[in-house]
Amino acid sequence: MAKVKAIAEFVILRDKEKCISCQVCARVCSNDGHWRDPDTGEVLSESSRCVGCHFCETLCPTSALIIARTPSQPKANAHWSPRSLTDVTKQAETGGVLLTGMGNDRSFPIYFDHLLLNASQVTNPSIDPLREPMELRTYLGSRPDRWIRHPPQGPSALASVNPPPIPLETPIMFSAMSYGSISLNACKALAMAACEAGTLWNTGEGGLHQDLYPFGKNLIVQVASGRFGVHQEYLNAGAAIEIKIGQGAKPGIGGHLPGEKVTEPISKTRMIPEGTDALSPAPHHDIYSIEDLRQLIFALKEATRYRKPVGVKIAAVHNVAPISSGIVRAGADFLVIDGLRGGTGAAPTVIRDHVGIPIELAVAVVDQRLREEGIRHRASLIAAGGFRSSADVIKAIALGADAVYIGTAALVAMGCHICQRCYTGKCNWGIATQDPYLTKRLNPHIGARRLVNLLRAWSLEIKEMLGGMGINAIESLRGNREQLRAVGLSEVDLRILGVKPAGEAW
Amino acid sequence: MKRIFIREEFCINCRLCEVYCIVQNSKTRNILKAYKGEYPKPQPRVRVEEKGHLSFALQCRHCEDAPCLEACLTGAMGRDPSTDAVLCDEERCVGCWMCIMVCPFGVIRRNREGRRVISKCNLCQGEIIPVCVKNCPNEAIVYEEER
Amino acid sequence: MNYLIIGAGPAGSAAAEAIREVDSEGTITMISEEPLALYAKPLITDLLAQKIQRTQIIWKGENFCSAHRIHLQTGKRAIRLDIPRREVVVNRGERIGYDRLLIATGGRPIALSIPGVELPGVFSFTRLSDADALAQFVRSRKAKSAVVIGGGMIGLKATEALLEQGLEVSIVEMADRLLAATFDRPASSIVEEALQKKGCQVFLQNTATQILSGRSGQVEGVMLRDRKKLPCHLVIVAIGVTPNIDLAREATISCHRGIRVDSTMQTSQDGIYAAGDCCEMQDFFGAGPRVIAIWPNAVRQGKVAGHNMAGQKDRYEGSLAMNAVEIGGVATVSVGMTDPEGEGYEIRKIWNPQKSIYKKLVLKEEVIVGAIFVEDMDRAGIYTGLIRNRIPVSDFKEHLLKEDFGLIYLPQAFRKHLVTGEGMEV
Repeated sequence: MAKVKAIAEFVILRDKEKCISCQVCARVCSNDGHWRDPDTGEVLSESSRCVGCHFCETLCPTSALIIARTPSQPKANAHWSPRSLTDVTKQAETGGVLLTGMGNDRSFPIYFDHLLLNASQVTNPSIDPLREPMELRTYLGSRPDRWIRHPPQGPSALASVNPPPIPLETPIMFSAMSYGSISLNACKALAMAACEAGTLWNTGEGGLHQDLYPFGKNLIVQVASGRFGVHQEYLNAGAAIEIKIGQGAKPGIGGHLPGEKVTEPISKTRMIPEGTDALSPAPHHDIYSIEDLRQLIFALKEATRYRKPVGVKIAAVHNVAPISSGIVRAGADFLVIDGLRGGTGAAPTVIRDHVGIPIELAVAVVDQRLREEGIRHRASLIAAGGFRSSADVIKAIALGADAVYIGTAALVAMGCHICQRCYTGKCNWGIATQDPYLTKRLNPHIGARRLVNLLRAWSLEIKEMLGGMGINAIESLRGNREQLRAVGLSEVDLRILGVKPAGEAW
Repeated sequence: MKRIFIREEFCINCRLCEVYCIVQNSKTRNILKAYKGEYPKPQPRVRVEEKGHLSFALQCRHCEDAPCLEACLTGAMGRDPSTDAVLCDEERCVGCWMCIMVCPFGVIRRNREGRRVISKCNLCQGEIIPVCVKNCPNEAIVYEEER
Repeated sequence: MNYLIIGAGPAGSAAAEAIREVDSEGTITMISEEPLALYAKPLITDLLAQKIQRTQIIWKGENFCSAHRIHLQTGKRAIRLDIPRREVVVNRGERIGYDRLLIATGGRPIALSIPGVELPGVFSFTRLSDADALAQFVRSRKAKSAVVIGGGMIGLKATEALLEQGLEVSIVEMADRLLAATFDRPASSIVEEALQKKGCQVFLQNTATQILSGRSGQVEGVMLRDRKKLPCHLVIVAIGVTPNIDLAREATISCHRGIRVDSTMQTSQDGIYAAGDCCEMQDFFGAGPRVIAIWPNAVRQGKVAGHNMAGQKDRYEGSLAMNAVEIGGVATVSVGMTDPEGEGYEIRKIWNPQKSIYKKLVLKEEVIVGAIFVEDMDRAGIYTGLIRNRIPVSDFKEHLLKEDFGLIYLPQAFRKHLVTGEGMEV
């Protein structure tokens, strides 16, 4: 039988007229996609090694390179996509689980693209954000059941909350991306940007590197099932603690950092041996019931003297509504729901693509359920999973979220082209790698600058959209389904989202 | 006085600085013509040193106490009064190589473009910002006031 | 404050500039016995070879004197120092007074005392006037061949210049190699070969015993010690240079081979300084006192002297012998102790005779003390820096002579210091 080879996904097109053989591409490609022929002095390319990260294309001084999807195509087949063909071929060859990085890239329905916002006309005039103050600030944490306490003796007083909620200058935070899945420079960029923009960043399950402790004021430290890097100092280093039960990219299984990426500093931060795969177990082995979760929540609160909000992160799965209710009743100060499109550094492709539900539906049902139970105020609701623009963000808030986490968008801002090869540790952009040769490529100052720019741009756009709706505070939009209408959705979808179809007035 | 400072932790060894220095010092200042048309190809005045994953671009430091100024036999090496840059007047240079002998950074080289003179960074006279700094994709070299 | 500088070479001019840097009020007078001052003597060979224009040898530029308000008087030779009266007597009896004096009289060629040395057609080769006379002689005599006595720096450069003019040249050298003071055998052999390729004949371990003349009284040839006769039309005597110390010695300023100075460039006489090829002091390695007649050292000495004369404390750290010269198309650099004798030296070298590449480093106690670079010398200055800064090299000894050796091999802390020490950050 002839050796069956999977068709390479990309083709490197080099314009010979423009190529000056400067070798910049040859020097920077971590997959050895280009090299200089010592005899002719020409620079040649090997398309089969290309992963489509576009780093060489970006750097080429004469724009001589184009990375394109390969013209080599199998016969048209609506059922067997080229990718299905390739996946089967690869598995026949390796016998292994196919791994991938980043978020679900299949064409499941994107509900955001069916939702539209309102704008004020005639009555209830719109607000110009350049002329009127627009409040994007929101708070992360629990609210008391009653705001005014009437003690048996003594005067009535305003209730205070312990711990006090954390202010966010904008309702967009940086999602959990572990040091290990991404480089230290990438973490630094996120940390610096969060501090400058007045929002929060998240350690993910990688522990906290020494150099990042100064950014603790704007940090949410995560306690995941592997408990990597969790110690007393770590818990007190951040502004809040997040117990990670699951994530949208791989609901039901734990985190996975391939051994190639476990270098000495990672090993030290995570407190595991160098070169070993860092596999987080699926469940926390001390949480087998909701009561156990409550116990962990309060253990963490005790450990931090009730000074920091403690929240829980789950993946959006079928029973997300009752699960959320249980978690809030268990005492979580905030609840993070990570939807189907959530990203990852490494996950089995089948799990990433076929497990979980879209965040739009999850947020809507959780918000609705918590309101019905009268406990919505007890925890902030944070939505995560594939927000691509400020429109997605504002729609998520309108569906019920207090704030959102962005992960993929933040990485794209720093250069990521979503080639989905994070698990190899050869990220040319210096993001998903620990190779010292590659991590230099991400200058944290430039990264932070770009992230701040992204947050600023999206915040301005949100203000514009809010103003258009005649609203001047983001908290007025929270759960305000009335500002949304849907197009092209079924009756059932509309019911679950709690949104009216476009055309129907209030 | 503005100078070029190196942030070696961000240099990715792409050598785009050398590419643009070549273009800047070419006759046509056009990248395709400089690389394909001109012969001999102009030399870059900045060179990237590399060792393992460490690398950085090195060019004339335009030192305050420049040894090359003392070593120059013809007075071709002089200091520009407005930028304080150390410049070589190629009309006066006779290629005695004394400056090469004393430069502790080894950033002066013999000109390989056909004339018996030295070749060294001149801080891109006439440009607002040196082209190596402008085109570094990772801000590994920056142009800043001296501290 | 009245400053007087005898000699308008690199030391004198650097001193004048340094004085003006510190003292904007004082009067600076510079005298030179030559008609043209402020030119670079090392370049007279290039002038003879017609590689450069006359204008290119003026070192400091036309308005150096006016810019720094220096009174330059050419054609004035200092005859005698009158120290009690603080005056210098120049030719024609004129007296110039001073508060601070710098003697920067340089050196003069060592005379060769063999029969025939006074014949027309026998030249030394250190001044512009020598170059002019030589050029004139070659033209008028239609000289076709020359003998150069002395295979040192001056001799070889003169040889090159004459080869350029189309003459046949023979070199006679006493030592077993050319450039014996700066190069070792392998380095010299590369230069010898290059010269031989250009048609030059080299006679080593030999001396001239007589310059022969014909009936017309013109130079006809040179007789060597082994009784070989070399026919030629002109002879260049380049057996060395000796410091011009007569002025100082007669004024009872302490002299040895050169005028003795301390690290502030002051002589034994208070208020009188010396700098350049005429002075001697401890060298960079603490050996000596020695005379090291090298341009950059003269400039630095002049600067230090000037600063101290004007009241700003400055120290000279001692001279490093160094030379950069291209002979026969082979570019070379030598620094420090290139061929030391004695114990305790570690030698590392790369020798590629096919490509004429020779790189040699001399180490002592983990520090580089000498270096020779032939042909592959574009980054030689880095080693000069390592010598000057006495950097221990044990950690990267193996990499020192590699092609890609650079600052990147030096420890990071030193890299940063090297630059901030010079007032700049890398």
